[in-house]
Amino acid sequence: MAKGILGKKLGMTQIFTPQGEVVPVTVVESDSSVVLQNKTVESDGYNAVQLGFGTVQDRKVTKPMKGHFAKAGAKPVKFIRELRLAGAPEYNVGDTIGVDVFAEGEIVDISGTAKGKGFAGGIKRHHFKRGPMAHGSKSHREPGTIGSRMSGGGGKVFKGKKLPGRMGGHKVTVQRLTVVKVDAARNLILIKGAVPGPKGGFVVIRDTVKPMK
Amino acid sequence: MDILRVLEQEQLRDDIPDFKPGDTVKVHVKVVEGTRERIQVFEGVVIKRQGTSVRETFTVRRVSYRVGVERTFPVHSRRIEKIEVVRKGVVRRAKLYYLRNLTGKAARIKEKR
Repeated sequence: MAKGILGKKLGMTQIFTPQGEVVPVTVVESDSSVVLQNKTVESDGYNAVQLGFGTVQDRKVTKPMKGHFAKAGAKPVKFIRELRLAGAPEYNVGDTIGVDVFAEGEIVDISGTAKGKGFAGGIKRHHFKRGPMAHGSKSHREPGTIGSRMSGGGGKVFKGKKLPGRMGGHKVTVQRLTVVKVDAARNLILIKGAVPGPKGGFVVIRDTVKPMK
Repeated sequence: MDILRVLEQEQLRDDIPDFKPGDTVKVHVKVVEGTRERIQVFEGVVIKRQGTSVRETFTVRRVSYRVGVERTFPVHSRRIEKIEVVRKGVVRRAKLYYLRNLTGKAARIKEKR
C-alpha cells in the first residue's frame, strides 16, 4: 500500500554519516498526519485516503469543514491532501500516521509549493540564453525572436511559447529523494537534498513512483 | 529554527582543541584504503577557519617538496582522529592567504609566548 505523510519543512542543515561523509539534508517535521476520510471506488469512484496536518485557529474554520473534522473525530487542521491508493484504504478514520512509516534509506517523492518569484524574465523562468553584453548589443536579457513571418501558417506566435511571466508559487514535486534519518521521538524526517517551498511550508512525502532498479 | 540548531548541536565534537589561524597543527586523518583504515598525519599552518556550528571548516597549508598543499577539513568531521596544536602563532589577520605568495624565511610566523 502506498505510504504518505504530510509535514512542515523546517529548513536545511548538514549531517555526518557514520563513514564521515557530509550529507546535505532538509529537516521536515510531522508530528501527526491524521486520517480524515477514506475514499473508495464504491463511494467516490476512486481509492484514496484524505490526510490532514497542522494547527489552525478555530475562528478560521468554516462550519462545513468543522462538520467534516467532527465526523473524523479530529481537531481542525490547516493542510489537507489526498493520497491516491491502488487498493482499498487500510487506515481507520481518525488514525494518526507518524514519521515512522518511513525508514532510513527509503526513496520518496516530495511535493510542496515553490517559493513565488513574481514576474520573472525568460532567462530565470525558462533558462533562455542571454544576448551579448557588449559590441553595440542592447538585447541583454531579452527573449529574442518569438516567431517568424511564416510561423503557424502566417505570422502567429505559437500557443504555449515560453515567455516572461509569473514564476513560482505553484506545486512542485521532486522525485526520488532519499530518507537519511527518521527521528520518531522528535517527529522529524531528514531528507537528502532540497525540498520545494519555503521554511515553514507544508509538504507531502510519498513513496516514490519511480523506484530505483 | 530551534530544532535545526539542536540537530547541529548534537553533532558537534567536544574533543577539538582550541586553535586559530596562524597555529601549526597536526591533523590525524582516518584514510580508508580498500578495506583497511589507517591514520595519516597532515601537518601545517592553519590559514583559515570558516563557517559556524557543524558547517565550520579549517584549511591547513604546508609546503611539501616545494609545492604548496592545502587541505580543508570540517572541524567536526568523524574522519579526524585528533588535532594536535604544535605551535601557537601570532598573526594579525583571520585569513592568511598572503602566505601563498611567500616562501622560505618570509613565510615564517612568529610564535606566541
